[in-house]
Amino acid sequence: MGQVSNERLLTEIEKVREMIKTCIQCGTCTASCPNIEFMDITPRHMWRLLLTDHAKALFSSKSFIMCSSCYYCTLRCPRGLELTHAMSLLKQVASKLKLKQFRRSSLFYSAFLDSVKLHGRVKEMEFMTHYFVSMKNPVLPFAYASLGLKLLAKGKIRPEFVSGGKGKLNALFKKVAELEG
Amino acid sequence: MTYLYYPGCSLEGTSVEYDISTRVLLESVGVQLQEIEDWTCCGATAAESHSNLLSYVLPARNLALAEKMDDSKDILVPCSACYLNLKKTEEIIKKDKEFLEKINTALGEENLVLKGDVAVRHLLDVLSNDVGDEKIREMSQNKMSGLTIAPYYGCQCLRPFAVFDDPEDPHSMDALIKATGAGLFEWDMGGQCCGASNTSTKPEAGMALVGRILKSARGADAILTVCPMCQMNLESNQKKISRKEGLDLEIPVLFLPQFLSLAMGKIPKDVRLDLNLSPGRRLIKKMG
Repeated sequence: MGQVSNERLLTEIEKVREMIKTCIQCGTCTASCPNIEFMDITPRHMWRLLLTDHAKALFSSKSFIMCSSCYYCTLRCPRGLELTHAMSLLKQVASKLKLKQFRRSSLFYSAFLDSVKLHGRVKEMEFMTHYFVSMKNPVLPFAYASLGLKLLAKGKIRPEFVSGGKGKLNALFKKVAELEG
Repeated sequence: MTYLYYPGCSLEGTSVEYDISTRVLLESVGVQLQEIEDWTCCGATAAESHSNLLSYVLPARNLALAEKMDDSKDILVPCSACYLNLKKTEEIIKKDKEFLEKINTALGEENLVLKGDVAVRHLLDVLSNDVGDEKIREMSQNKMSGLTIAPYYGCQCLRPFAVFDDPEDPHSMDALIKATGAGLFEWDMGGQCCGASNTSTKPEAGMALVGRILKSARGADAILTVCPMCQMNLESNQKKISRKEGLDLEIPVLFLPQFLSLAMGKIPKDVRLDLNLSPGRRLIKKMG
């Protein structure tokens, strides 16, 4: 967290703050969240922190990366706020600012998108290999080994080691990055 | 009836049996599929956790390809995550023309233009509204009577867009299941979350949600799904969660078109039941 200035963070989250500014703190989002027991601060509390200029506290918590996009909060919010989308925007900020504490999720998504950029479609085996390598955690692959072996045995994933070459969607990804600034 | 078909990446890999059984079922009921040529990934949840524009441009590329093929036909999508990504793009470009222009600037790199004349449909929507339970009843061979089946919808075919079912209390699978002669397992977990990618990145949280669903399904003969992510989560962790809970929570989990095809007389090999990770044999043994 130390490497990111308050100012930079505040610019990035302004859009999210704008989105949720009519929140009435009713807590329907919290009551609807299936992942609540794994969050250190509740969704309602998150919106409160954001609205009272305590955004930094929000990024000391890992609550928003626990969001599994079930859309119950979005469906039920009495103010019609797109709260699941707000969670995604917070994930984007964590990824963009390369915040250390969200490294595992960010690397998982980057490995996925690298596979998409290269082939146009996700090659599951290659993507998980990239993820393990980028996590630099020698024990991590074992957590997935038993499922991986089952999938290999059923021919659902294939070991593929593609390197170099011109990525299928390179130009599209580049243009999107340029447009998004 | 003909639809443009977007299988999505999972249906080429870990959920190939969903692709195969979808094609088998739709062919039996007289529906033709034209696969979208050169389709690419919809971005899954990875794109929207990384870049907002990318999370719309990746689905938009496929919508533009579909439009180019035939803008009069609906796009049929079996995977709920792909469905939602394509659907949210369909919805936003109808309302926000400025954003559509931005998407088209990016798509220029692929020499594609998106007009917005598309209709994205989930497989379950097409089965319950276009094909209909009457058709399934006509073709069923009474192999499923005596079985009790739990319909599981997951999240993203129901929410946030309430298109073909009640997002709080889904029932669109009921009539299709009953049409096979099977009984309906009554539960309130049909629209609850399976944990999605949390089972990979935050296993403790993901497993808790899967455990809750498997425990509630005790007493059913099988669970049916309409999403590769739900299917993988409900199938692949049954032994681990059973050990942890000290309960036998193993149960066959089938994709809806696998189940309906079996009811209509297809054999397990036709719908590649051998590729499922849960004990599909248990269901076959109980079938008539």
